Amino acid sequence: MSRAAVITGIGVVAPTGTGVDEHWRNSLAGISGIRPIDEFDVSALPVAVAGQVAGFDQTGWVEHRLIVQTDRWTWLALAAARLALDDAGLDPRKAPPLGLSVVTASGSGGNLFGQREIQALWSTGPRAVSAYQSIGWFYAASSGQISILHQLKGQCGVLVADGAGGIDAAWQARRILARGGDAVLVGGTEAPLSPYALACQSSQRTLSAGGDAATAYRPFAADATGGVPGEGGAMLVVEPRHRAYARGARVYAELAGAAATHDAYDPEEPAPDCRHLTRAIRQALDRARCGPDDVDVVFADGAGDRQLDRLEAAALGEVFGAGAVPVTVPKTMTGRLCSGAAPLDLGWAALALHHGVIPPSVNVAADPGYGLDLVVEPRPARLRRALVVARGSGGFNSAAVLAAASPEADR
Amino acid sequence: MRRAVITGVGVVAPGGGSREEFWQRIVDGRPAIRRISRFDPEPFRSQIAAECDFDPAASGLTPREVRRTDRFVQLALVAADEAVADAELGGVDRDRLGVSLGTAVGSTIRLEDEYVVASDHGRNWVVDHRHALPFLYQSLVPSSGAAELATRFGAHGPAAVVSTGCTSGIDAIGHAYSLVQDDEADVVLAGASDAPISPITVACFDAIRATSPRNAEPTAASRPFDNDRQGFVLGEGAAFLVVEELGHARARGARIYCEVTGYAARANGYHMTGLRPDGFELGEAIADVLHQARLDPSDVGYISAHGSGTRQNDRHETAAYKRALGEAARKVPISSIKSVVGHSLGAIGSIEMAACALVLQRGLIPPTANLHTADPECDLDYTPLVAREAVVQHALSVGSGFGGFQSAMLFGKPAEES
Repeated sequence: MSRAAVITGIGVVAPTGTGVDEHWRNSLAGISGIRPIDEFDVSALPVAVAGQVAGFDQTGWVEHRLIVQTDRWTWLALAAARLALDDAGLDPRKAPPLGLSVVTASGSGGNLFGQREIQALWSTGPRAVSAYQSIGWFYAASSGQISILHQLKGQCGVLVADGAGGIDAAWQARRILARGGDAVLVGGTEAPLSPYALACQSSQRTLSAGGDAATAYRPFAADATGGVPGEGGAMLVVEPRHRAYARGARVYAELAGAAATHDAYDPEEPAPDCRHLTRAIRQALDRARCGPDDVDVVFADGAGDRQLDRLEAAALGEVFGAGAVPVTVPKTMTGRLCSGAAPLDLGWAALALHHGVIPPSVNVAADPGYGLDLVVEPRPARLRRALVVARGSGGFNSAAVLAAASPEADR
Repeated sequence: MRRAVITGVGVVAPGGGSREEFWQRIVDGRPAIRRISRFDPEPFRSQIAAECDFDPAASGLTPREVRRTDRFVQLALVAADEAVADAELGGVDRDRLGVSLGTAVGSTIRLEDEYVVASDHGRNWVVDHRHALPFLYQSLVPSSGAAELATRFGAHGPAAVVSTGCTSGIDAIGHAYSLVQDDEADVVLAGASDAPISPITVACFDAIRATSPRNAEPTAASRPFDNDRQGFVLGEGAAFLVVEELGHARARGARIYCEVTGYAARANGYHMTGLRPDGFELGEAIADVLHQARLDPSDVGYISAHGSGTRQNDRHETAAYKRALGEAARKVPISSIKSVVGHSLGAIGSIEMAACALVLQRGLIPPTANLHTADPECDLDYTPLVAREAVVQHALSVGSGFGGFQSAMLFGKPAEES
């Protein structure tokens, strides 16, 4: 039996759009979803812009009973989950439930929900706290609600590794399939644009000081000033290859390899060198049984911070050679979505392999000193494999290799 | 597949700041539950908890670590210190050393404390971060705890937080187990920590009447399987286990507590907090771990129960044991150490796995404290009140949590070297 895992469904709820078609169209058109935060007064915060899911109406995606029990982060996850299942043509009610799983990466939980209830407790008293606080805020709420709604009763999970967690979750999905699972819904969303969540992010050194949506987040630029936050993410349907082809599913790409390392240097400072980021990339290539020459595009982490950008460019240079592989950071259109970022990047990479086009990085021209071939316009190309790089605050490094769909047996 | 063994154990639990103090506490069956001292509990329905007497600085953490981290991370670092020392991990390849940290609610104390300051006691909705500590991002995203552990121990392998609510502690060790099985790491520091004794957490369980209001008798309040039980008692704590590839452990001559012989997780797909009375999915998880270990139900010599002391949980898991083990369910000794150390949410699963490792090593089963008259629907052997000597070859532990998640793990006595 083949152990290969393939992506058969992509559900996107992101600043670039809701649903895979709108998202991909806007991505190729370079339409950014980063805009001024206007829900409340942000003048005291160091950040004035964020990637936002415009016009998302939860009532179209989540039944009323659940809306009051859950945070916006879970609404986005429930919508992305439904879109992914529909996109995969997979009806979980027609499959044995113990073979189905959900794994999410979760960074900050139900921010708005939690703030509202702590506010109620301290301004009014214990009796003002919602009966749903215990299930609305915690990090497992989205996985739990998705599992219950879609009857996914196999091994479920929640992994947290800041911005790198989405790749770890995807690789966990592959572990579940290798142990006999039939299908895994995997990904992550975030909704960290509520007042307290933004205040928490304000302590980050790597947050952009820029107030202009078009220039605030420019990874690999000579004058990069940091990242901007964003909300949303993606859920993917991952299945064993033989099952996907047997049911006639459309296969976007194969999840061929992934790996995670940790800098273990200093929770407050970037590592002095790119040794462990490089190691994560090389391990992911090894697990995908390919070399650097087999990779045709890199979806970079693109922190937008000079120090972190330099380390990532150095790692890519070490593995691939200077300028030897096209590099793109489409999250320049969404901001940095914490746990939602890597699932969205995996979705972008799968779509790029499927359509043969590299989505662009916007608002940015790379500092030539980095030696990167940064893709700033949609670039048609024959793509065999894509590398996705993701890092998390505190020293997390993860990398994944997606391979173009191939009904052949294991290469 | 590669095999994994436990070569180090560290615990910080209520009533016991070290592995040995913890062990003594649970075999004595002396509940470490008292009126909440961290804040004035008077306005709350449940005013009791299992608290740790814990001083992070005296436990060896640096001032910077203490300033940067929430109590849950501090508990984790100290428990992991003990496990690493116990395993004598000195010379291992740090590139092959991973971290798997379970937590249900992460930095909830610090998030709430800092919110109270930044919002001026809930007067302002748009809060000013300049009034709060400069490490709020680390509190917002709990993976900061895994980063602290990786940094303290120089672990350059895979690191992550596992946050599946109240099964996090079993699932974190399960995650470590799969990293070793799949050759992604040789050694993983695996465990869990939670420090949920904060006003918001107490209030949120008050709101659903999940915690015991037996405020007048704190030490009698956690009474799993007892007919007079009124809910669980919130606790805090941490435990870490060193999960190591069998050949790696043998090659360096490590002392082996036990082998990890099975891990399984299922979801009930039913309700975020409710449990179906038939225990079907938990029973499936138990059957799966027995299958992985190629064991018959009668081979299980001890079950560390989830035993939270809520009416529905104790009946649910009793049904699951009968479903998965059949007649053998009536013979196997079961106990819930939550009767002594409370329910520390995500942490307790790892604390209970630490207990299982010690049961296998020491041939003594800790009792269920406060179990005087069992619920007639809980009709198995829950080892009431007094510890029991027994040579246990295989110990099963289960967890059940919000989201409908059900997990099971098996530890076996170490195999003789062949």
